[in-house]
Amino acid sequence: MRPSVQEMIAQSNGKKSKKVIEKIIPVVLFLIASVSVLTTVGIVITLILETITFFTRVPVADFLFGTTWLPFSNKEELYGIWPLILGTLKVTAIAVVVAVPIGISAAIYLSEYASEPVRRTIKPVLEILAGVPTIVYGFFALTFVTPVLQSFFPDVKIFNAISPGIVVGIMIVPMIASLSEDAMTSVPRQIREGALAMGSTKLEVAMKITLPAAFSGIIASVVLAISRAIGETMIVSLAGGSTPRFDGNFTDSIQTMTAYIVQVSKGDAGYGTTIYYSIYAVGFTLFLFTMIMNILAGYLSKRFREEY
Amino acid sequence: MMTTIVEKERTTESPVRVKEHAKSVYSTNQLNLWYGSNHALKNIDLDIKEHEVTAIIGPSGCGKSTYIKTLNRMVELVPSVKTSGEILYRDRNIFDSNYSVEELRTRVGMVFQKPNPFPKSIYDNVAYGPRIHGIRNKKILNEIVEKSLRGAAIWDEVKDRLHENAYGVSGGQQQRICIARALAIEPDVILMDEPTSALDPISTLKIEELVQELKKDYSIIIVTHNMQQAARISDKTAFFLNGEVVEFDHTDTIFSNPSDKRTEDYISGRFG
Amino acid sequence: MKYIEQDLVIQRMSGRKILNLIFKVLFLFATSLALLALAILLFRIVTQGAGHLSIDFIQNFASRFPEKAGIKAALVGSLWLMAVVAPTSIILGVGSAIYLEEYAKKNKVTTFIQVNISNLAGVPSVVFGLLGLTIFVRALALGNSILAAGFTMSLLILPVIIVASQEAIRSVPAELRDASYGMGATKWQTIVRIILPAAIPGILTGSILALSRAIGETAPLIVIGVPVIIQFLPSGVMDTFTALPMQIYDWSSRPQQEFQQVAAAGIIVLMAFLLFMNSIAVFIRNKFHKRY
Repeated sequence: MRPSVQEMIAQSNGKKSKKVIEKIIPVVLFLIASVSVLTTVGIVITLILETITFFTRVPVADFLFGTTWLPFSNKEELYGIWPLILGTLKVTAIAVVVAVPIGISAAIYLSEYASEPVRRTIKPVLEILAGVPTIVYGFFALTFVTPVLQSFFPDVKIFNAISPGIVVGIMIVPMIASLSEDAMTSVPRQIREGALAMGSTKLEVAMKITLPAAFSGIIASVVLAISRAIGETMIVSLAGGSTPRFDGNFTDSIQTMTAYIVQVSKGDAGYGTTIYYSIYAVGFTLFLFTMIMNILAGYLSKRFREEY
Repeated sequence: MMTTIVEKERTTESPVRVKEHAKSVYSTNQLNLWYGSNHALKNIDLDIKEHEVTAIIGPSGCGKSTYIKTLNRMVELVPSVKTSGEILYRDRNIFDSNYSVEELRTRVGMVFQKPNPFPKSIYDNVAYGPRIHGIRNKKILNEIVEKSLRGAAIWDEVKDRLHENAYGVSGGQQQRICIARALAIEPDVILMDEPTSALDPISTLKIEELVQELKKDYSIIIVTHNMQQAARISDKTAFFLNGEVVEFDHTDTIFSNPSDKRTEDYISGRFG
Repeated sequence: MKYIEQDLVIQRMSGRKILNLIFKVLFLFATSLALLALAILLFRIVTQGAGHLSIDFIQNFASRFPEKAGIKAALVGSLWLMAVVAPTSIILGVGSAIYLEEYAKKNKVTTFIQVNISNLAGVPSVVFGLLGLTIFVRALALGNSILAAGFTMSLLILPVIIVASQEAIRSVPAELRDASYGMGATKWQTIVRIILPAAIPGILTGSILALSRAIGETAPLIVIGVPVIIQFLPSGVMDTFTALPMQIYDWSSRPQQEFQQVAAAGIIVLMAFLLFMNSIAVFIRNKFHKRY
């Protein structure tokens, strides 16, 4: 006759290893979880330290208020950030003009009109669109969108702000569409049914009920998409050019903050040169822009969630 | 107001007195429990005996589920739970700081409201308890699995599909597999938290018959929302209301001659 | 007296219905623009690149001559990169998720970690490149090795894996946890034997999607200083290497028309790689679809 199960359990529980594991594991997992925090700290400290070094060589005021970015000059190097910011904003503006109407229309169509089979077809396609690497989009902008633009508008140069703008727009459509759709579908069905039962058309429900109710969620999706557009690198590096300019010209070569970082990294700007440190100052500026956008988006979507 | 059976016996010398010589498994003394600021259990005193079926009844929200989950300290999985008072399990206070919950739960099995087998094979479900407690010998495991499934009156139905997923059988069978899983570590007490509330009447009947069988070897505490069930299967019944024990007595007494007006109202269906 | 003339409402209804129809078509049209863009993109790349695609293209190293240029070093380099990124990011990501879902108390530290993760997900990839350049390439002196690039990419996709794993862990029914704890299992036993097996399909799906993002990322590699013209294969994680998107970037930015076809061929290889990984993810998602 074998001993009772409880006796066997009591015997094997005599071993200490189980208790030790239970004590060690939470500590190990906490350390692992803190890697993400350390990453943020690492990013912030890296950017700040190297930017400070940069500012020991270039006056802060020149960087913040200068309107000429001329780091590779033989005579006098100029580091006024505004041309790069303007380049980024031009691309972002075009991207928003392209993506917001398409993205929100797609969200309305998916949440209010589309039948289940249609949804099941469109959503994976949007997922694929979101999964296309940006280098592929960049290639597409350079070798297809730009030539097409040139055939309609001969003024457009091989590098310009419009083509990467359009393609960045296409890239962020899935983001706006899916996040906005999430916001719209989370508007309680009863509200929608209430309006439909009174004889409203679907358009009236969408415009008067769903859109206003999901408004802060939709805005959050747009803000998040803008943040993505600002940080987008490969499309603008390939199709935007490397000419920092401080004017309203969209058809000539421009340079964005991200494209500048790539340009310097590609070339061999030696470690310790002012140009080397300048990519951190630009990177820090870029980081601040996207951070503000992300925090704003977080705030908006939190407000939206609290409403329901 | 709160007359526990023990106090009553001292004064009335009722004929069931003989049975009261049975040992206590659980003695609850002045137990209070709060979920945050919500006072969910108030001054509970209950004495639960060996080899009996003790039913806990009451309207929803009365604390009956909270109480049974306190008996194996599962209630502590809810954050912000505070308790005071004591629960003696086999004369040791389960709230003692050096009392390991794992040890307590190894001695006290539990069956839940919804059948909750693991998404594993039937065999692995039943062998789960022995395995986590260090029993790895294949032959012994086979023996334990068979014995437990027989004990839960499900062996004949599943013996040819032991290695199939436990979700492939009916809800009633799943619940009996869960009972077998609890039996596999040969516990001292089995806690059942409304074990039939998610089941059809026929499966319910099978579980009720099973409880009668299990009573021979185990002490059983069962929470039920179904008064008829309590009347059918239990030896003693505690009636909970608003976090208090209104009455605790032999099931026959509770159902035929309750001493508290509120018990009578509840039993006769005036509320709840 | 009636306030609403039912007849009048019905009469005007047709106008509202037409407006509804017009907008429905408009919304559908806008949606199909996005689908159209994808179709054109794929069509262009296939027509441009298919001609250059051959066994030689896969087997050759990079070259100054477009007709000889091949993708071998980049393909192998990307595989090496994955060999570092996959274990690093999954261990860190799943570990963080387990901590946050199972161990962390609801306090300010936890909220801070959680907010930090969602903010980290919004940091541009080029900034991660700057982090990698400073910390891994220079401070830890890993140079532009596979390891330095792999660590940088792991941190980049870490937030995605954490969030996906958290969702997978959260969707394991509480009843299963209760059952395990009820048997006297410890927390770690419950996690290893019950929670992780039930959450693994979701974790894998999310991780594979995150890894496919890492395969396509270019900017961090450029910032780290990953070279392009490589005529040998790496033999260890400390070797330098090149990767598919780097190679494609180099070919795309060359002025000769012929190199655009080479780039398109490279994109086909990259996209095939991604398609393969995605179909694995879909397969896992369908195969393990909700068993409880």
